[in-house]
Amino acid sequence: MNLSRRQFLKGGAATLGGVALLSSPMAYALRNSTKTEAPPETKLEQYDWEKHYYAFAVDTTKCIGCGKCVVACKLENKVPPDPEHTRTWVERYVITEEQEIFVDSPEAGMEGFVQPQMNLKYQGLAISESFFVPKLCNQCEKPPCVQVCPVAATYATKDGVILVDQKRCIGCRYCIQACPYGARYLVPDGDVTPNGYSRVADKCTWCYHRVVKGHPPACVEACPVGARVFGDMRDPQSPVREILRHSRVYTLKPSLGTKPKVFYIGLHFGVV
Amino acid sequence: MNPGFAYPNELETQWTLFIVLYPYITGLVAGAFIVSSLYHVFDIKALKPVARMSLITALAFLLVAPLTLLLHLGQPLRGIYIFITPQFRSAMAGFGFIWMFYLILVLAETWLVFRRDIVAYVKSTQGIKKAFYSALALGVYDLSERSLYIDKKLIKILAAAGIPSAALLHGYVGFIFGAIKANPWWSSPLMPLIFLLSAIVSGIALLIVIYVVISKIRKQPVDHACVDTMVQWLAGFLVVDLAFEGLEVISMLYESEDSWEIISLLITQKLRVSFLMVQLGFGSLLPLIVLLAAHSVRLRAGTRTAISFGGAFMILMGVLAMRWNVVIGGQLFSKSLAGLLSYTPPLMGQEGVLAAASFLALPLAILAALFYVLPPWKEVVEGEAQPAIAARQRRRFG
Repeated sequence: MNLSRRQFLKGGAATLGGVALLSSPMAYALRNSTKTEAPPETKLEQYDWEKHYYAFAVDTTKCIGCGKCVVACKLENKVPPDPEHTRTWVERYVITEEQEIFVDSPEAGMEGFVQPQMNLKYQGLAISESFFVPKLCNQCEKPPCVQVCPVAATYATKDGVILVDQKRCIGCRYCIQACPYGARYLVPDGDVTPNGYSRVADKCTWCYHRVVKGHPPACVEACPVGARVFGDMRDPQSPVREILRHSRVYTLKPSLGTKPKVFYIGLHFGVV
Repeated sequence: MNPGFAYPNELETQWTLFIVLYPYITGLVAGAFIVSSLYHVFDIKALKPVARMSLITALAFLLVAPLTLLLHLGQPLRGIYIFITPQFRSAMAGFGFIWMFYLILVLAETWLVFRRDIVAYVKSTQGIKKAFYSALALGVYDLSERSLYIDKKLIKILAAAGIPSAALLHGYVGFIFGAIKANPWWSSPLMPLIFLLSAIVSGIALLIVIYVVISKIRKQPVDHACVDTMVQWLAGFLVVDLAFEGLEVISMLYESEDSWEIISLLITQKLRVSFLMVQLGFGSLLPLIVLLAAHSVRLRAGTRTAISFGGAFMILMGVLAMRWNVVIGGQLFSKSLAGLLSYTPPLMGQEGVLAAASFLALPLAILAALFYVLPPWKEVVEGEAQPAIAARQRRRFG
């Protein structure tokens, strides 16, 4: 096929438009309500956090930038609707023939990337490559946010997830400053977390409330192309183990020594 | 790379004006205390007119320092958790304890230094005033030679202990920023040192300003030798401070790591006025040159003091700009290193310019109240005191 990049993007835009329509919050809610095959639910009392150690894989070669994951997360976790407060978001990378890199994440990616005004700025560029990178909390093995919390409100669970005890958090925002990935925010006045707290730190928990019951995180379930994969490193059958076995993966900002547990497939240089 | 991307969560500026004021006020405390210790420990006699004043100044600003932090918290009522359940791996957890320790130290030294005055006021006042000063006296009225000798020893010990404590208090504030590896504008082992030096600089400058203003208000002649001595110390610390601040940026520039691209944009675009012009230019280099020049040529003492006053004021503004450039500057670029961010403080509102200005005025109001209760310039001499001391003090203050 000898499609120019331009033609390809144009064609793709129409397809993506359809996907975006389906991915509106209402469509998501509808789809969810009609879902039949629910995974077997684990009883919370039976859950032993020493028997699990979770990891996350993101295949950037599969992500289509539909933004469904962002919407699903906002609904599942009562995340404030505005893009400045977000647990997960999607970044778009546009790389020109001369290897100049453009990054953006309009509306944190929750509207997708198909609206014409989102693409005006790329007109006339000789684009060599474009891809999406979904972001979420890396649940670092050496989490700087846990280190800096002055009251131990932010802590690591035994199964490898970083949580915020929102009745202890004093709202000093030191953890937000310490996170190199911009994964944290302070719940703004007027908004409350699912636990009913406001003006405290919040972040992606890999949907810990679902995970401990045996469900995947909401974003994983919402992803139409399987770009987000969640799993248990202690389970040999886990899809994450499969991916780590067969793919070359990379983590974000490895030089900072945070040891992220979100592993990216197909990460390009210049991804921030 | 095209500068223009920030992580979505970064669009909200986390630490705003109150967090700019916090290291500024804490720095003034540390600096003012160092001045009093220069007199009490190192016996620099020329500083006698400001020795007691500096202690009271440190106390006034110390009382306000934690308020700005507390009010910035999302959950101010939970602020106490930092004492009850501190997590000591956090660079922030020690703040409450260091502050408390320092407060006890400054209060103890202030009480010892002013004890003779307090006892004298108990004897010379009536009614409510008498009751108030009696409470301040804590039931200790012993002004015997031996008792005063012990006071003097204790003051010396506390003042000496206060120097490392002041260094700790403010070096620690620098560490809170310097230990954040996620932020290349903050992350630096030089940060505690720069904070400490700029703190000392700002404290000395503040005392020059306060001393000259108070003398004018009281219509008393300014002790020019005292101002000159303060300027010498100020200039000395400022030179070292500037050297470290310069070193920090120069090594970033020379090493040109991946963060340099965005940091150079930060400095030349976002902080062009507040860093290059105010912090380095009008707040450091210019006053340094002017102060050095004023002390190298023959000038009337009054003119020189006027220049010193102006220079000290500019330096105070320069250090305030430095706090802004660190705290706000560190949040004006994305940790993705791919874009710049913006912050303009609102005029009104909880963290507006007006609220911040009131918080800068608050320690001055407390200072005025403390000056009223315990005027540091009026050294009351008791009958029991040694005649030699009394005579010397009369010569200076009479």
